[in-house]
Amino acid sequence: MHITGRAWKYGDNVNTDVIFPGKYTYTITERAEIARHALEDLDPTFAAAVQPGDVIVGGRNFGCGSSREQAATCLVYNGVGAVIAESISRIFYRNALNNGLLAIVCPAAAQAIQQGERVAIDTERHVIACAAGEFAFPPLSASVMGIVAAGGLVEYVKARLATP
Amino acid sequence: MMPQTFAQKALARAAGLDFVEVGQVVDARPDIVLSHDNTAAIRRIWREFGQERVAIPDRIAITLDHAVPAPTTKHAQNHAEIRQFVQEQGIRHFFEVGRGICHQVLSEEALVLPGQVILGADSHTTHFGWLGAFGAGIGRSEVATLWATGELWLRVPESMKIVLDGELPPGVTAKDFALRVIGDLGADGGLYMSVEFHGSGIAAMSLESRMVLPNMMAEFGAKNAWIGADEKTVAYLERRLGDYGIKRLGDAGGNANPPISQSLNLSISQSLFPDPDASYASEHHYRAADLETYIACPHSVDKVVPLSAVAGTRVQQAFLGTCTNGRLEDLAAAAEVIRGKRVAPGVRFLVIPASSEVLKAALAQGYIQDFVEAGAVIGVPGCGPCMGNHMGIPAPGEVIISSANRNFRGRMGTADSEIYLANPAVVAAAAVAGVIVDPREIGE
Ligand code: SF4
Repeated sequence: MHITGRAWKYGDNVNTDVIFPGKYTYTITERAEIARHALEDLDPTFAAAVQPGDVIVGGRNFGCGSSREQAATCLVYNGVGAVIAESISRIFYRNALNNGLLAIVCPAAAQAIQQGERVAIDTERHVIACAAGEFAFPPLSASVMGIVAAGGLVEYVKARLATP
Repeated sequence: MMPQTFAQKALARAAGLDFVEVGQVVDARPDIVLSHDNTAAIRRIWREFGQERVAIPDRIAITLDHAVPAPTTKHAQNHAEIRQFVQEQGIRHFFEVGRGICHQVLSEEALVLPGQVILGADSHTTHFGWLGAFGAGIGRSEVATLWATGELWLRVPESMKIVLDGELPPGVTAKDFALRVIGDLGADGGLYMSVEFHGSGIAAMSLESRMVLPNMMAEFGAKNAWIGADEKTVAYLERRLGDYGIKRLGDAGGNANPPISQSLNLSISQSLFPDPDASYASEHHYRAADLETYIACPHSVDKVVPLSAVAGTRVQQAFLGTCTNGRLEDLAAAAEVIRGKRVAPGVRFLVIPASSEVLKAALAQGYIQDFVEAGAVIGVPGCGPCMGNHMGIPAPGEVIISSANRNFRGRMGTADSEIYLANPAVVAAAAVAGVIVDPREIGE
């Protein structure tokens, strides 16, 4: 898997309420509308300007807070290619991978990448390239990579249920 | 066999294995799968699997609590869809609007037992650690997957030990202890960890106080948190199971209908305790006598300061409730402060019991009378404005003091508002004074 895009860089403890506000979680169900509210309370410019393949770069504890899956899907629906952070909250991490969104814990890259610069990710070689150089990240387990490759958990389970 | 932590034992049991290593990814079969108002959305995902029937109807628990009674047509449609699903699929563990908050209700219904695993589409599913169970939050697709297959991948987490020695001083609560730990170690201090609580300070706590700790550990990044079941836990479960006459414990003993006490003892003895020489990523020791009353300041739960540092801060709304601090002892502590006094002009004091049981008991004790006479507003048992759905959304620029667990920007529905987190007595004191104040300074 190869991902290239511009970096949107944010700080530590970017939480699920600023990624996708709780007040919308039961009422907004349409993909385009979910996408429109992404990062609304953190960076109001994001949803209008993000391009497919762009990469979110966070500091420590990215995605902390609620279990709401829209925190991951609102990024997927905007075509975000990956989230790279110094550390990632566990439910967000699961939700991202389970929706086919690559989530990479790589403190060195997360610190080195600058706002707006081009970032390239190669999941076969497990490296992230940016202006500061190449950074290796630990590979995901084969089973979890299988879920990402299938396009997410639902697709993965569908395939599994279909094969007796 | 290598010494094991609680998380290793619980996940080995759930995966049907004798032993699991830390870091191993297992396919776990949880005893209970929890969801709430988000069940309608989960059902839409589940439908993609093309199944007629869910695989595990008896292990599904659903509570309507996050926006109840329905504030809009859209919410009402969701609820209607959930009721239909419950009926179609024959789901027994369904709790209607007004019964209370999922974590409180499932605890009261004794639906989770020591040593069991509960996975829920709610980040505070860590709550169930209070009774020696393994509780972890998961996403909606994962709940749909569990309905369809009964199992889900989980990584066996590292464990961290937090020890509290001695009894908490007067005015210092489990909430203050939780805030202190998160303040010291950061909102990611327990990231991905199984947090085990040990020590005489935990044993000395009431069960309602114990519930606060694993609940708050969601704000610490933890996967789950654990407190060992003891005689108090057994007595509680025995009473609750007796109240409801539920015979689920039969499964544990392989016997259809054994007496409740007998099967409970069996269940506790089979409950999973960590080995004394298990290995931990870190250990943190606290002396209860060294703790004081703390406040978490906006907009992060780890911005923790002693109460005195923010005393005098003006508030427009005080909110007592939530799965963290909406129980009887919380209402009792607040009623103690406010009895015979008035809510300050310009302040709304919102009291929302965590469940209908709590409401009933608070009525019997006269606490509700105390609150209403003081000028408080009583809400329907449920989450209230905790996550900004309805019933107490702040205006822009307002300051709230809340007994909840989370104070992110916009959490209560308005980005431009500030939330301070505190224990119930401090919330009530602020309602009376109109400013953050030590409850002991509220005059007679
Ligand atoms: S009371 Fe608040 S934290 Fe608890 S389950 Fe409800 S919304 Fe979540």
